[in-house]
Amino acid sequence: MRYLLRRLLHAVFLLLGVSLLTFLFSALAPGNYFDEMRLNPQISPETVAALRAQYQLDRPLPVRYAHWLNALAHGQMGFSFAYNSPVAPLLWARARNTLLLTVTATLLAWLLALPLGVWSAARLGRAPDRVISWTTATLLVIPDLVLALGLLIIAVRTGWFPTGGLTSVGFDDMSPLHKLRDLAWHMTLPVTALVLAALPTLVRHVRASVAEVLEAPFLRAALGHGLPHSKLLYGYALRAAANPLISLFGFSVGTLLSGSLLVEVIMSWPGLGPFLLEAILARDLYVVIGGVLLSMIFLVAGNLFADVLLYWADPRIRTAASAK
Amino acid sequence: MKQRRKLMIWLVILGALHGIIAAAGFFAPYDPVEQDRERPYLPPMHIHIVDAQGHFHLRPFFYPLRLREGSFDQYEEDTNTTVPLRFFERGAAYRLLGFVPSRLHFFGVAGARVYLLGSDAYGRDELSRILYGGQISLLAGLLGAGVTLFLGALIGMAAGYYGGWQDELLMRIAELFLALPWLYLLFALRAFLPLAVSPLEAFLLVVVVIGMVGWARPARLVRGVVLSVKERDFVRAARGFGASDFYLLRRHILPETASVLLTQAAILVPQFVLAEMTLSFLGLGVPEPMSSWGNLLATLQQYNVLVSYWWMYLPALAIVPFFLGYLSLASALQERAGAYKIEEKGNWNPS
Repeated sequence: MRYLLRRLLHAVFLLLGVSLLTFLFSALAPGNYFDEMRLNPQISPETVAALRAQYQLDRPLPVRYAHWLNALAHGQMGFSFAYNSPVAPLLWARARNTLLLTVTATLLAWLLALPLGVWSAARLGRAPDRVISWTTATLLVIPDLVLALGLLIIAVRTGWFPTGGLTSVGFDDMSPLHKLRDLAWHMTLPVTALVLAALPTLVRHVRASVAEVLEAPFLRAALGHGLPHSKLLYGYALRAAANPLISLFGFSVGTLLSGSLLVEVIMSWPGLGPFLLEAILARDLYVVIGGVLLSMIFLVAGNLFADVLLYWADPRIRTAASAK
Repeated sequence: MKQRRKLMIWLVILGALHGIIAAAGFFAPYDPVEQDRERPYLPPMHIHIVDAQGHFHLRPFFYPLRLREGSFDQYEEDTNTTVPLRFFERGAAYRLLGFVPSRLHFFGVAGARVYLLGSDAYGRDELSRILYGGQISLLAGLLGAGVTLFLGALIGMAAGYYGGWQDELLMRIAELFLALPWLYLLFALRAFLPLAVSPLEAFLLVVVVIGMVGWARPARLVRGVVLSVKERDFVRAARGFGASDFYLLRRHILPETASVLLTQAAILVPQFVLAEMTLSFLGLGVPEPMSSWGNLLATLQQYNVLVSYWWMYLPALAIVPFFLGYLSLASALQERAGAYKIEEKGNWNPS
């Protein structure tokens, strides 16, 4: 338990550090949201000053940080200048779309990567392993920007998939089944891009850790005892190889909010990505800080989740932790 | 031996790729900002060696493109006239590697314009723009990696050598930077820097932003090396003879980190080229009329370009051979470093 508590404390400090860092960066920033307003002759300097005061931009940085932390403790993340509304609900609405995309993609990627990796490891050096290795190596040298744009071009030229958005026009009038189909149709392209981008790393890790375990004497013994191959691979080998994979899974969970940013922008998926980009271009300070912090919370939570899983799955960690 | 050969092969390939980009002026037939408003979005021209009558030509040639009748953006080949391709043709003035003024181009045609990879909205030659854009993107990647490795080596050495609370503080900050997703970090850093700047400033800004993102990993690796090296006998002996901290770090410790830094460089450069591409693609990087692989791709954000002009996607493919080269180089370097480590322990001799 001490082990988990220490991890939790560590996570909290990390988040505080990130928020402080983003605030410091924002203080170094030349210009702010109201600069453009100041150039507008129809808005008097007093109005701009009043607005700045209203959003507390005229206060010194430590005061603003303390104020913001206090608001955060009450579940708020400041105010968006551009939307003139609290940041938290705005972010949440977009984060939901992002999660819809990334949870699907992550699950798919892992469901594909596990059997592919195990299969590849079981036939190390033979034809299936070669094919899988070459495919992952090819995918690895295609950056996600290139991949996503390529998929988009294919979609546009064939007309098989929509080129953006979450739903079709007239979505509200559809029957539930149609709604689901429409959504899946819109998700196909971004999910494919995300899965293809994540797959090579996952497959390679699964392959490496399973291949290592397959060398172990206990598995040779089990094979000698005549256990069926599939049970051997998925029941014993995968379980023994799970340790690094759990950490990797934690990382997958952690990047749920941040990993799809670019793909969302390219495929015009109304998630956090385009929203944040827009906020950056408009200098909508608290939205940027909120977005960064939200994705960080996910990252830290993912790592924490992996730690808990490891603690639960690996007796060595439990004994090491209680021995301390 | 085999590792050494692999390393050399990839180094040669990468050298050739960089050479082509560095000598963009020579390989590009035109100036990258030269416009031809008569020919927007011209599709890539085909090289022929057999003409419409079935005659074979030793010298490759083109058919000029003309608008298809009754259309405003569909082109067809005009098979009445052939335009022979000439090698080592004189054309637009440029400076080779930024110094040597020259007019010599690898290829060109007389009296017409040839678009091997098509043209963009202003009739600018896409091939020339890709080659010149590569200079910006690669330079951003290389300089960014330089900044990162410098910062990483400095911080890593300081943390590893001095230890104590300095080490503790620096490594906590490094952890923070490692935890942040790099694209977010890039965004956040860029968000708080000025948006409307001149192209040169924008380029330097991109380099600085990219350079500041990645220092944490090399710093940690360097720190690890320093921690083990500073207890080695030759360092202790030098210290015993009264060597100063600076001398020790420069003369005995820095050379030991070279292998780690080299491997990191091979990993970081392609990542940073991609970072430049991403920033410029999103409109946060190098602006027009300067071309970079990222801002060349930015036109794809317009729907009509995406639908009709597929050759605007070609700049994306330019980075793939570089990625392949650098990743292979990194893995070859890692293998070599691994082999050395085992060799040093003395229980197994490779090759």
